[in-house]
This record gives sequence, C-alpha cells and structure tokens, in this order.
Amino acid sequence: MAAMIERKTTGKVRPHQTQNEGLVFEKSSPGKRAYKLPPLDVPEVDASKLLGDAHRKESAGLPELSEIEIIRHFTRLSTWNYAIDLGMYPLGSCTMKYNPRVNEFVSRIEGLAEAHPYRPDSLAQGVLEIIELLQKCLLEITGMDAITLQPAAGAHGEFTGILLVRAWHESKGNARKKVLIPDSAHGTNPATAAICGYQVENLKSNADGGIDLEALARQVDEETAALMITNPSTLGVFENEIARIAEILHAKGALLYMDGANMNALVGKVRPGDFGVDVMHLNLHKTFSTPHGGGGPGSGPVACKRFLEPFLPVPILSRRTGTGREQGTGNRDQEAGGELHWEYDRPQSVGRVRAFYGNTGMFIRALAYILANGPDGLRQTTEDAVLNANYIRKKLEDLYEMPYKTPSMHEVVFSDKRQAAKGVKTGDIAKRLIDYGFHPYTVSFPLIVHGALMIEPTESESLEELDLFVEAMRAIAQEVEQTPELVKRAPHSTRVSRLDEVTAARKPVLRWRPETK
Amino acid sequence: MRYLPKSPAEREQMLKAIGAKSIEDLFAIIPAAYRLNRDLDIPRQLGESEIVDYFKAAGQKNATDYASFLGAGAYRHYRPVVIDALVQRGEFLTSYTPYQAEITQGTLQAIFEFQTMIAELTGMDVANASMYDGSTGAAEAVLMAMRVTGRHRAVVARTVHPEYREVLATYLQHRDLATSEIGYEAETGRVDVQALEEAVTDETAAVLVQSPNFFGVVEDIPAIAEIAHKKGALLIVSIAEAVSLGVVRPPVEADIVSMEAQSFGVALSYGGPFCGVIAAKENFVRQLPGRLVGETKDQDGNRGFVLTLSTREQHIRREKATSNICTNQALVALMATIFLTVYGKEGMRELAEHNLAKAAYAAQELSSVAGAKLLFRGAPRFHEFVLQTQESPALWSQRLLDEKIVGGVELSRWYPELKNATLWCATEVMRRETIDAAAKVLAAGLVEA
Amino acid sequence: MAYPTNYRYTKEHEWISVADGIGTVGITDYAQNSLGDIVYVDAPKVGDEVTANKTFGSVESVKAVSDLYSPVTGSVTEVNESLKTEPDKINATPHETWIIKVKLADVSEWDKLLDAAAYEKFIAEEQ
Repeated sequence: MAAMIERKTTGKVRPHQTQNEGLVFEKSSPGKRAYKLPPLDVPEVDASKLLGDAHRKESAGLPELSEIEIIRHFTRLSTWNYAIDLGMYPLGSCTMKYNPRVNEFVSRIEGLAEAHPYRPDSLAQGVLEIIELLQKCLLEITGMDAITLQPAAGAHGEFTGILLVRAWHESKGNARKKVLIPDSAHGTNPATAAICGYQVENLKSNADGGIDLEALARQVDEETAALMITNPSTLGVFENEIARIAEILHAKGALLYMDGANMNALVGKVRPGDFGVDVMHLNLHKTFSTPHGGGGPGSGPVACKRFLEPFLPVPILSRRTGTGREQGTGNRDQEAGGELHWEYDRPQSVGRVRAFYGNTGMFIRALAYILANGPDGLRQTTEDAVLNANYIRKKLEDLYEMPYKTPSMHEVVFSDKRQAAKGVKTGDIAKRLIDYGFHPYTVSFPLIVHGALMIEPTESESLEELDLFVEAMRAIAQEVEQTPELVKRAPHSTRVSRLDEVTAARKPVLRWRPETK
Repeated sequence: MRYLPKSPAEREQMLKAIGAKSIEDLFAIIPAAYRLNRDLDIPRQLGESEIVDYFKAAGQKNATDYASFLGAGAYRHYRPVVIDALVQRGEFLTSYTPYQAEITQGTLQAIFEFQTMIAELTGMDVANASMYDGSTGAAEAVLMAMRVTGRHRAVVARTVHPEYREVLATYLQHRDLATSEIGYEAETGRVDVQALEEAVTDETAAVLVQSPNFFGVVEDIPAIAEIAHKKGALLIVSIAEAVSLGVVRPPVEADIVSMEAQSFGVALSYGGPFCGVIAAKENFVRQLPGRLVGETKDQDGNRGFVLTLSTREQHIRREKATSNICTNQALVALMATIFLTVYGKEGMRELAEHNLAKAAYAAQELSSVAGAKLLFRGAPRFHEFVLQTQESPALWSQRLLDEKIVGGVELSRWYPELKNATLWCATEVMRRETIDAAAKVLAAGLVEA
Repeated sequence: MAYPTNYRYTKEHEWISVADGIGTVGITDYAQNSLGDIVYVDAPKVGDEVTANKTFGSVESVKAVSDLYSPVTGSVTEVNESLKTEPDKINATPHETWIIKVKLADVSEWDKLLDAAAYEKFIAEEQ
C-alpha cells in the first residue's frame, strides 16, 4: 500500500522525527530535585551570620528539574545537531577529523583528570611526563627547537607567537612597527597583530593566490616585524617559494610566522622548521584530533626556533639533571633522568598568557592520537587527507569554477561564479547541501575568492562518503540550472528554516526572562 | 591504521581517478630540498591497550589517593555523572561551532541557557558564550573597559589571583594602558579602600578586584563600586570560585563580571581546559568579546537560536575586532550548564552552604592548633582561609604528604610579606577525618619543637 | 533610485546636503544595498569633531561592518537618535535618512565633492 505522505530520500538522508524541547527554564517547577548531597559530617553553619552583608538573600533563578528531565532535555537537544560522528564536514581549514574515543577515555583517568595544578611536582610526574612527551613529538613534527603548550586555542597561540616576535625585536633594540598579512588570511591573524601593538599591512596575493614575491620584497623593510603566513595557504596551495619568502624576510631582519591551521597537509611529509619558519602555532583541535565540542575547548601550542626560546611564556617544563643543572624539556637539548618541574626563573619571558599550564586535557588527547598513529600512521593520514581533497577536486571541477589552477593539497577552493550567473550564491548552495545530509563547506572565505566554496574532507572520510558528497554537489549544480529557487530557499528539511539574523542583531535577546504576567 | 577508512585498493582507485601515478605526485609541489624522506622520530604506533596502559601508568605516578586542601583558583567539587553521560554524546562532542544554525540548534540552545544561568548567578544583564578561562577573561574585561570608557589606566587589587595579574600584564604590555596595584588591609585581607580611593582618578578605565579574593575573603563590593563609579571608572569583579555565588551575594554593582566556571562540573585536569565567561550590564553588550547566542525566529515563526552580534568578532572585524578569540570553551560550558541544572536553584545554595560549613570547621580545627594563626578573621570568607604557622610550611607539608594529605598552597612566592602563610580550601568533598588528621599533623610539629 | 542633484557625494558612498553652514550626512542607496539589512549604527556624539576623509563611525549589517567617512571637516551638532531603534530606515529611505549634522569649518570643501552625475558615473564604473 502506498504511503500517504512520501518518505523522500535526498542524497544520503531521509526524514526522521526529532523531539521538540523547550528551554530548561520552561520545564522548571519549584520543588523538583535532581541532586542529593550527603549529610554534613561537620557542624552546620548559619550562612547569614557568617557572611553578614555578603550573604545572598535571593537564590539565583536557576531551573529545578528532575534527573530524567535533564537527561531528556540535553539528549533531545543533541539530536538537533550535526556532528562528525554522523557524517562529513567539508569545512575548509577546520580539519574536522574523527575524534578517537580512546582519547576521551584516557583523559578521564583519575590520576590525570583529578590532578590539581598546584599539586607538588613529586605528585605530578605522571602528567608532567605526558607534557614532556607531547612537546617532544610536536617539536619533531614541526622541525622546531622549543615549544610552549600554554595557549588555549589557535588565536591565543597566534597572540603568543607575535609576542615572541616582538620580544625578540625589542631585545635587538627596535620593536618595529608592522606585520604583513596576506589578504587571504584568517581573521584572527590581523586581529592578533593589532592586539600586539603592530600595524597591519596587507599583502596582495599574486595571480595564483600565493604570496607575491615582488610585492613582498617591496613591502618588507626595517620596520617590518614579521610576515604571518598560512602554509598551505587558505586556498589549500603549498607556497613552494616559501624558502625564498623566508630569505627576503630574514635579509631585512624580519621573522616568518606560520599559522599552523593547515598542518594536516604537512605532518610527516615536510616540516615548517625545515623551510624557514621561525615561529608557528598548532591547533590541537584541528590536526591532532581533539574534539571541537560545539566550539571548544581547543589548544594552540607555539613552537619556535632556538633564538626565540628565552622569550617563551613562563613557566617552562624542565628536568633536573644529575649534575643539578636545569634543562628545559620543551627544548631539543634536554637530557634524561631527574625530576620534572616547572621553571619560573625566566627573565626574558614574555610573561604568562593564561593561569596554570595550558589545556592539559587536550594534551592527553593529542598525545593519545600521536601514539595511536606512530610515524607511519601520521604520514598515511596526511597522504589520505591530500588524496581525498584532490579526488573531490577532480570530480567537481567540471561543474564548479576553480579560481586558481594551482595544485591543491588537503583542501580545495571553488568559486560560485557559474552558479552566481543564475542568481545562486555559495551560501545558498551550502544551505542546500544540508538537505543532502552534509554540513556546509566553508562559505565566502578566503576573501580573495569571490563567492568561495572551501572544501576540506580530511583523511577520516571513506570513499563512500566522498562519493556521496560529490553526488550531492553535482545534484545541486543541476538544481541551480533547473530549479534555482529550490537552492536559494534551502534548507527545506531542517527543524528550523533560515533564521532571522537581522532582528537578532538589531534587537538582541541574549537570555531567557520569566514572563511578567 | 584504524582511523583511516580506506583500503589499499580504494587508494589506487582514487589515484587513478585523479590521474596521478602515486601519492607522491600530489606532494610534488613541495620542493625536494625539504621533503621528509625518513620516519618522524616519535614513538612507534601503539595498540589501543598499550595506549590505555601508558596513560594509566602516568595516572598512577600522579597518585590518586591523596586528600587535598588545594584551591587557589582551581577547585575540587563532585561532578554529577550525568555530565559525562551527556557531553560524551557524539552530537555534542564532535559537533562544530554553530555557524550553521539550522543544524546546530542543540548547541545554540544550550549556550543560550548557559548565558541565562550565568546572568542570573552574577546579577548581570548579559553573559557571553565563554572565554578560555578566568585569567584571560579578566584581561579581556579590562580591555573591554578601556574600549568603553576610552581611558587608559586600570587599578588592580593585589588580592586578585597572582597568575591572573600576570596574564593581565602580558595582555597589556603593548597597549597604551598602565596599571597600578593596591594592597589589602592586614586585619581583613580585603582591598585597602583608602588606597583605592587615592588610586582611582578620572583617567581610570577600570577597577579590577576578585571576590571571594585570593585569600578567600569576600570583598565589600558596594563600597568599591562607589569609589570606582564616582570617578567614572568601571568596576570589574573577577570570580574564581563560581560555587560561591550559591550563598554569597552577587556583585550587582559591578559593570563587568569575569568568572571562572570550572567549579561547575569541569574536572581539574591539571589546570585546563577550564571555562571562563564574561557577563556585563546591558549597555556594554556591543563591546563584549567572544561569541553571543541570541533568540530569534525562523521563516515559519518557530523559535530558534543564532550566533549574533558577530560584527564584534575577528572573522568580520579582523584588525578592529574586540578580541581575537575564535574557539572558545563550548563543551566545558555545556558541562557547567548541566551541573547548574542538576543542582538548580536550591541545590546551588545547599552546595555552597556545605562548602561554607566544611571550611568553617577546617579553619577552626587547624587554627586551634597552638602556633597556627588564622589570618584575616575580620571579614567574611567563603571556603578558603589563610593559616600562618610558626613552623615553616616546608616541614609540616612533608609530614602531611606522608599521611597522604596535600596541605594548602604556600603564599610566600606571591606575597613575601606573609611569612609561613598557606592558603587552604575545603569543599563539600573534604572529609571531616581528613581535617582532623591534618590538625594532628600540624600539632605534632609543636610537640617536637 | 535617483541620486538627488542638490546633494554631493564621496567615493566612500556618503551623501551630504548643506544649508546655512550645516551639513546633513547620510549614506547612499548604493551603500545600503551593498551592506544589506543594517542592524546598528555606531555614530559619534554631539560636539565631536569630524575631519574630511577620516572615519567618524560605522554601519553594521549582520555579516559586515563599513566605516563611515566624513565628507567635510567640522563639529557634530546633531545625531539621529532614531537610528538606535530603527536602523532599517537607512535601507528603506537612504537619501532621506540622515546620520549626523555637522557645522562646517570650511564651506569650500563642498566643491571638492562629487556631484550627482559624477557619483553615478563612479558607481557605474565600480560595478
């Protein structure tokens, strides 16, 4: 018997119910409880007496629910989310790879999860060894000499890296005034440079979307502190003139900073330290598989060459050697033996960029990832990442415009030029992709491509998932030709249709309020 | 390699489709001079059981069976098990930043709930979707005050967490902003309001204090606010122990509150990841750094949530952004949201009262040991207190360790004027028997003396 | 939309009309169209000084921010407060919705600005 309402398959998805769920405050009722504290084994206290004027008279308007309602509430919410565990994220420069579950397991091991940052070093050797090993591995992977794991995310790492640059220049007598940034760069780059007191000077990309060497040579002068480069670029293209770029900079006493967001194309195949980079940051939540968690936490280690080591954030991890001498372990010259501890006597340090030592929980996960791969696994990972991106490029280049013909590494950038002729933009195509069961790719970035579609599949995608993605993109290209409205008004299959972002910005409502009756 | 979903045959098939002879063709663009022709010198590939063994061994070395009186900006509270049960769901754990609102309503609604709860707890109008931690949050709050007022000086209390102050100094070093520090009153451990009065001028953008402060003492926020506002400066209150808000009055006179929400269900994890958040009065919303989630409607009139006021942020403003923050702490903010939902309105008060009770007992027992003096008795405290011992902490702390107890943090490295002083914390998980044992250990030193 | 001939224009897409030494400033139809739905206007305060060709504020849409460049030098005499709650008026009637009024320091600056015909030619070339 035919269905009364058709269950339509689009690409790799078919409709399915998701539960509705209000705000947690809307489900609250006075007297409902989800907790029970054990009885006090010490005398009770009269809080208002102890605190006097500092006593809180009215409790905060937090909800009151039972445990099952809490489980249902958040479970229902979770079912409204797309996630890597459900399917591919073609987001360029985000490296949405599989988040291995053993990472989650080991980060919750009691001795590690419960370690207080101020516990005596003698009781922290386990976690300190983990940090030491991770530092060693990351130095080997990047080809750098020294490292700090303190920064909490990529942008935080950029900030730290530029602080190092500035400290070094200051130690030479001239802080210098400007940082060069390619117009293809991620927004955090200029934001960071400005925060460190530098003027931002834009570097126009050449016809291939790479660094224009002549422009660079013209713009670099004795007031240039550094060039902030992403390699491969945000177009997914390797800057094969990178050594020459480094030379131009170094000749004028300027430094080369590398944004390591695209390391997924390089790990095990080439090392930034080998091609002239002086300082760089890594994103553990991209290249090293720590989970995105809906927007964080991340971790942004900064690795540098020896001459910048004295300026690293304090403290650094150090091992007491048998001779009583100290050797920094975030440093290639370290020796074995002796207790690990944090060294605070660092007179040239740029200071601290956050309290405590860094996002240790993410270090554990990243190290677990590195250990699960080993050298062959990491290399194979990079190769598969590049293979996957090139496969997509090959399968879509007849239908989507390629603004630059240079070889792609781990990501490929198309432009919506052909579709724009039909009035359909990259943002619309991205929304229609949702109806096919995928998260959109990166829309409208980098800015140097008009209407960019930036696609990075990562190594975590099987041939099956890649083919489904290709089929979806090809189907949409066809829809643009034949039924453009379908694409322009997408998505059609989600819990909510396109949301009114204009009113949300004009009249922001940023919290729930109890209705006044 | 088990994370790679390809068979050798499929790789061949794909290479053929691309028209490449081998994978090396796809790396040909990398100049030969620096292509890596050897294995990375890192440990060999481990099996899963080996990975677990490695980290278990590390955990053992870290010692799991010690009771601890450590606080000082990182707090041990019980974490309800539903937190991990929920945040480990793949749809939360492995989801991306909610830029595509139609398929991330789960994350967006949860953040909206977080923002609401933080506003409720702190007495502010709006809260953001989290910052890296309390230390960077405090620094960003000072920068925010600078933008809002257009002024270039800040007055910072010495009773703000020393590492937070270090971070602030790092953030300000290349901007035109000077800070001056003001001390505390010897009797109470509170901000020296006299010194504050003298330090605040009409060039002051912000006054930054912490409450409960680093010594565990609750500050007189209304008095401090008056001094700041008289001169047109903003008051920023940094809160390192979020649970205090269950029983301590919120700093409603503040303009900006920067809080560390680690106490709300986030594991200690040797210092990170933690969960910062900035909350503020309504009129500062456009200067708030970090992500904000707003409520809106879709085209069919359904309620939905979106990231909003994005023009403050780096991906649009670039060099004019309010901050360079991109990734935040969404998953730990979710842990905090669940924690707050589990305890709820009444539970947060009861939890805070338990903390108060444990610390009151600990302060009383440990200071009743002759030769141990409880400092700063003249002011209300939450769950931390400062003890000054005749015996050097180095001596009794080893004795405590022998009893598998970690004593309080030594303060002399940050407050050299406080000799033999240590900062102790007792939360709801502290057992009475541990407190009694610690008191015995401290007392033992005197018997020998 | 036609560009009023009694206005003058800048290459940054502001318009200005002058009467009795007071300039009234807004943004053009071309500008509001490029920006999309305007959500917020960051305007100066009464009494602030503005300088020709320098920024005096910004206009925000959901996804973009545009700096506002002053056509003239002078001091701000009035700010359009209604834009705080109704920034969308700029989208609807860009040439009737003013942002600031300025007491001109130098009336001859008017002559340096583009007239309607020159501005229309300029934007035709931009596209």
